[in-house]
Amino acid sequence: MSDPIPGITRNDVAHLARLARIDLTDAELDHLAPQLAVIVESVTKVSEVADADVPPTSHPLPLINVFRADEVTPSLTADQALSGAPAVEQQRFSVPRILGEEQ
Amino acid sequence: MIAVPRDDLLRLSASALADALSAGEVSSVEITQAYLDRIAAVDGAVHAFLHVDTAGALAQAAEVDRRRAVGAAVHALAGVPIAVKDIVATRGMPTTAGSRLLEGWVPPYDATVAARLRTAGLPMLGKTNMDEFAMGSSTEHSAYGPTHNPWDLERIPGGSGGGSAAAVAAFEAPFAIGTDTGGSIRQPGAVTGTVGVKPTYGGVSRYGLVALASSLDQAGPVARTVLDAALLHELIGGHDPMDSTSIAGSPPPVVEAARRADVRGMRIGVVRELGGEGYQPGVRARFDEAVALLVGAGADVVEVSCPHFDYAFAAYYLILPSEASSNLARFDAMRYGLRVWPEHDQAASAEEVMLATREAGFGDEAKRRIILGTYALSSGYYDAYYGSAQKVRTLIARDFARAYEQADVLVSPTAPTTAFRLGDKLDDPIAMYLNDIATIPANLAGVPGLSVPSGLADEDSLPAGFQVLAPAECDDRLYRVGAALEAMLHEQWGGPLLDRAPALVGMSAC
Repeated sequence: MSDPIPGITRNDVAHLARLARIDLTDAELDHLAPQLAVIVESVTKVSEVADADVPPTSHPLPLINVFRADEVTPSLTADQALSGAPAVEQQRFSVPRILGEEQ
Repeated sequence: MIAVPRDDLLRLSASALADALSAGEVSSVEITQAYLDRIAAVDGAVHAFLHVDTAGALAQAAEVDRRRAVGAAVHALAGVPIAVKDIVATRGMPTTAGSRLLEGWVPPYDATVAARLRTAGLPMLGKTNMDEFAMGSSTEHSAYGPTHNPWDLERIPGGSGGGSAAAVAAFEAPFAIGTDTGGSIRQPGAVTGTVGVKPTYGGVSRYGLVALASSLDQAGPVARTVLDAALLHELIGGHDPMDSTSIAGSPPPVVEAARRADVRGMRIGVVRELGGEGYQPGVRARFDEAVALLVGAGADVVEVSCPHFDYAFAAYYLILPSEASSNLARFDAMRYGLRVWPEHDQAASAEEVMLATREAGFGDEAKRRIILGTYALSSGYYDAYYGSAQKVRTLIARDFARAYEQADVLVSPTAPTTAFRLGDKLDDPIAMYLNDIATIPANLAGVPGLSVPSGLADEDSLPAGFQVLAPAECDDRLYRVGAALEAMLHEQWGGPLLDRAPALVGMSAC
């Protein structure tokens, strides 16, 4: 059995949203935080039966490594790969700056 | 050449259309045009489609007609049109997964499922509506507005694949492709009076599906008859080297099983934990009658207990958000999809653009689940949440294994209730999640499941579904039971359940 799990607060949700790279508004935090608290409360039930001697299952069927022959097969052209890009420059993905102002 | 009347074209099963095509009684262009006309007439009210590819579908149909005319060998289903859930990547056709984040995205490649449909010559009518990234049980989480249930336009068609189920129920397509992560094929099937099958995990390639939860997702058939579902299952199933989780062995003989439709001597296990409190009386009554019919047809019924199914809901809503938060991290505004700049900041960093893009692009439900998954996977909570959920997954698989020692298949109502009203559960996530209470265990264990209509509930005259579950890679058993029950019920009803659905023509959505 695991230790009791603390609930999830509005501040927790703000922090998690930041980690998940979603810029939630205050109104969304007010709306989502109580809902998430209820969901979290209802899923903590799993710890009731998750005894130490039960092995975890990550995948429904046993996974084995899959190999194939090292043969060249057709793949996307550069134009196809770039076809959905928000911005393209010189046949490359054009992205916002990666570093901060001072770096 | 015997002309088939146009209304009949819409009512014929996919299997009957295939027979009429091969007998030369009708052309694929005629069938495809009849369905496109039906979509034009009723989809304003139903909103099953996010995109209709009139020109593409007719071109594919004409090509099949040409191949048949010159005597070329074609697939048995060649020329039978199909609708495809908008989570399946389709070359040259928009693929949004019901999200603003992918609005207007046209994939440069086909999912394996789509490629198989093209190769076999099935004209693709268009892409069907769904809850955003397949998160939901009502299609109300689609960024493009909900789909309406053809039985009652004020009600939900189920979800996430409500668009595929409604398209088939409203005679806008003979059959369709769906995907099922926790019930998204079976639950819409139940509430729209259609047939839906989630194959064994690994039975149908996941290559080219927009991933929700990779250890749970599975594509499968949505149809009006059990045989049609089997024909489509056979076409899209089987090994695919592009999916490392694809099963390499020979696929189960589903079409043969659907034609056999015989349950004599089969042991049918009624799952005690799926069907008690919370199940609508009319759903329960149709289920009990269906079990009695199967007994009358020579099956033996036993009650089985799967005690850990009571924990399936909790495990699912940890595993799914965890996998989803990881899978949806790919929507970073860099290589494809939406890019939103923070207001008044054209010099924003990649991280700031990502924050603004994901805020603007994801709907409420996606945000809820991404945050929940981020929480469940965070250090300090991982063992208590994700780790425990994975252990529950083992316990559920053991429950199934024990149950299958006593029974060849397990049965339950597919969904606890009939279709509820649009808006009723939109802001109550737990109430929404409970719609999948009976379908979730199969995804956690990777076993196949089918939903077939069991009749109309007495309370509201809306469709209810009967679920059949089988051991992994024994999908054929679903079709034996499903087809046998369907035949007996059709005889009782004097025709398919969908004969009693409203005609829809001239109706508009509220």
